[in-house]
Amino acid sequence: MRLKLRIWRQSGTSGEFRDYDATDVSEDMSFLEMLDELNERLIESGEEPIAFDSDCREGICGMCSLIIDGRAHGPELGTATCQLHMRKFHDGQQITIEPWRARAFPVVRDLVVDRSPLDRIIEAGGFISVPTGSAPEANDVPVPKEAAEAAMDAASCIGCGACVAACPNGAAQLFTSAKVAHLNLLPQGAPERDSRVVGMVDTMEHFFGSCTNHGECEKACPKEISIDFIALMNRDYVRAKFSNRALAGRH
Amino acid sequence: MTDVSTGGASGTGAPDPALDSKIPDGPIADKWENHKFDLKLVNPANKRKFTVIIVGTGLAGAAAAASLGELGYNVKAFCYQDSPRRAHSIAAQGGINAAKNYRNDGDSVHRLFYDTVKGGDYRAREANVHRLAEVSVDIIDQCAAQGVPFAREYGGLLDNRSFGGAQVSRTFYARGQTGQQLLLGAYQALARQIDAGTVEMFSRTEMLDLVMKDGRAVGIVVRDLVTGDVSSHSGHAVVLGTGGYSNAFFLSTNAKGCNVTAAWRAHRKGAYFANPCFTQIHPTCIPASEEFQSKLTLMSESLRNDGRIWVPGDSGDERAAIEIPPDERDYYLERRYPAFGNLVPRDVASRAAKLEVDRGRGVGSKKNGVYLDFADAISRLGRDTIEEKYGNLFQMYERITGEDPYAQPMRIFPALHYTMGGLWVDYDLMSTIPGCYVVGGGKFLRSRRQPPGRVRSHAGPGRRILRPAVHDLRLPGRSAR
Repeated sequence: MRLKLRIWRQSGTSGEFRDYDATDVSEDMSFLEMLDELNERLIESGEEPIAFDSDCREGICGMCSLIIDGRAHGPELGTATCQLHMRKFHDGQQITIEPWRARAFPVVRDLVVDRSPLDRIIEAGGFISVPTGSAPEANDVPVPKEAAEAAMDAASCIGCGACVAACPNGAAQLFTSAKVAHLNLLPQGAPERDSRVVGMVDTMEHFFGSCTNHGECEKACPKEISIDFIALMNRDYVRAKFSNRALAGRH
Repeated sequence: MTDVSTGGASGTGAPDPALDSKIPDGPIADKWENHKFDLKLVNPANKRKFTVIIVGTGLAGAAAAASLGELGYNVKAFCYQDSPRRAHSIAAQGGINAAKNYRNDGDSVHRLFYDTVKGGDYRAREANVHRLAEVSVDIIDQCAAQGVPFAREYGGLLDNRSFGGAQVSRTFYARGQTGQQLLLGAYQALARQIDAGTVEMFSRTEMLDLVMKDGRAVGIVVRDLVTGDVSSHSGHAVVLGTGGYSNAFFLSTNAKGCNVTAAWRAHRKGAYFANPCFTQIHPTCIPASEEFQSKLTLMSESLRNDGRIWVPGDSGDERAAIEIPPDERDYYLERRYPAFGNLVPRDVASRAAKLEVDRGRGVGSKKNGVYLDFADAISRLGRDTIEEKYGNLFQMYERITGEDPYAQPMRIFPALHYTMGGLWVDYDLMSTIPGCYVVGGGKFLRSRRQPPGRVRSHAGPGRRILRPAVHDLRLPGRSAR
């Protein structure tokens, strides 16, 4: 098939859409392979290839991104861009390809953005403090099966940032709440439950917009992580703030 | 002829002094314990005077960086991705083995050691394998404490399953995403150290070269992948956790960025590279849709439990699979290996598929695969049972190929998946370049099991990737002593 591509090109602080024709696109190609082919052609004709991020190409590393026709990771639900295939498009279609659009994710080049604020959120408490060698025997701390399952649901987040890109406010609540829930639901995470949620939420708010319950994040998430985790995070945050205030009152 | 047993590179049969593996003396079960005591300690006040450079932030690299940071060393960690959380360890699926004997089924450190040596075709270094078996139990403790959401029993205790031909249940798993969860555990431990200031993280940075001085590794040259700036970093030790070389082959299941540059540069500086032929080729990948496609997607080999592999009897048969009557199909594995059938070891299954495609009997529009047919299993067990067992895999196959594997056979083809060769290391994980250590998938002859039996061919890939990678590195201070 033949496609008309409108692709965001940016080098430096401002960018623009440019039109490209993709010819001989097979419907069995993945979306990124289609861009690989286009890049081969650009390189052959001496033009600058289009920069985009990808690595594992099997939907687990979270490196790939792209807003495709206004939707993070494109039209197929529960699918990262690298797993999206061209048979979801039709011959002659015009496709608009943009980088993640969020104030917290500045464009590095073309379709590549800087998602390091997500790392800052994890560094602010998205871990359990257990130095190597200091762990107790694993079965000394039983974990209810339901808790382990719910924690696993949350932990399947791949950190791609689609939730932020899909949110009209550029909020990172789904990403943050997935990690808060993963660790706060487990008994091992209980001692740091309050400091974790406060540290992570405060850091999140430093970089990102605020949540107004649009729910776009859940729809865009390639791992279909539930926005219920946001409610859980908010509950934990309020609880942590109150318990800290109670502590402060005693001194 | 080179005498392999003495490691003689010169061909004279004399041992190469560089290849002294420094295995401690004594009974195998005591070697590691004694060695730990024999190693010199570093005064806590002096640790901050040492800088350790770690390249790669997969299971091995991230765990090393976090552990060494916790101990008080200055750590500089480098990865080419935009975040250390994206290393390809994340793609491992199956599980991680440990000799916990939670099932009371006769497992022990010695049995894990024995099974691993045997599964590795007796080629792994036994002292290292024993150490791996010994620390396996601590790894599980560490991961559980870090919040890895391992599968649980209803009583809240850790669940196990039997994997890879083991007669005991010793595999710990987190759905089909064990690698992801272990890596996120290591990444989170690393994030904690980055926040604490003990680890300085350089993402979107690739290693260009190893810096040598007087025969020792003293640093690395790197390139910032955003600005293109080239800079150098010096350290008292350089640790390479940069993965294997599957992408040196055209068809591979590895991430696009795994290009083995770092290990190659170290080799060019004199680090010996051992057993490059020792690779693992995975038979159940989805064939390439175009000639240019080199990255294949891996599907679990468990599919071969119920799928039957065949090709049309005649090359150039253009009919659709369901139109080919049974007597015109060649179930070549069942024909050649009646005792094992479709469950022959993965290298045998891979080689046979390649042979059939080379003979012109390949299937699909590119004639680059063989059929893996579930029709018999569906009629015998019912669609529901098959869906329950393989639903996710069937869904993934349909997403990638656009074909419904319930209605027509899957197409599969082998691709490089894992490499057991790599930079040679001694018992302390040091390469033949003093000061340059190698951890995880970049070093040679990890005790990866080459499954030679019926059940072994069911083994998911994850356990094999994870076990060596994690074990070597959760040993604080050892790899970069």
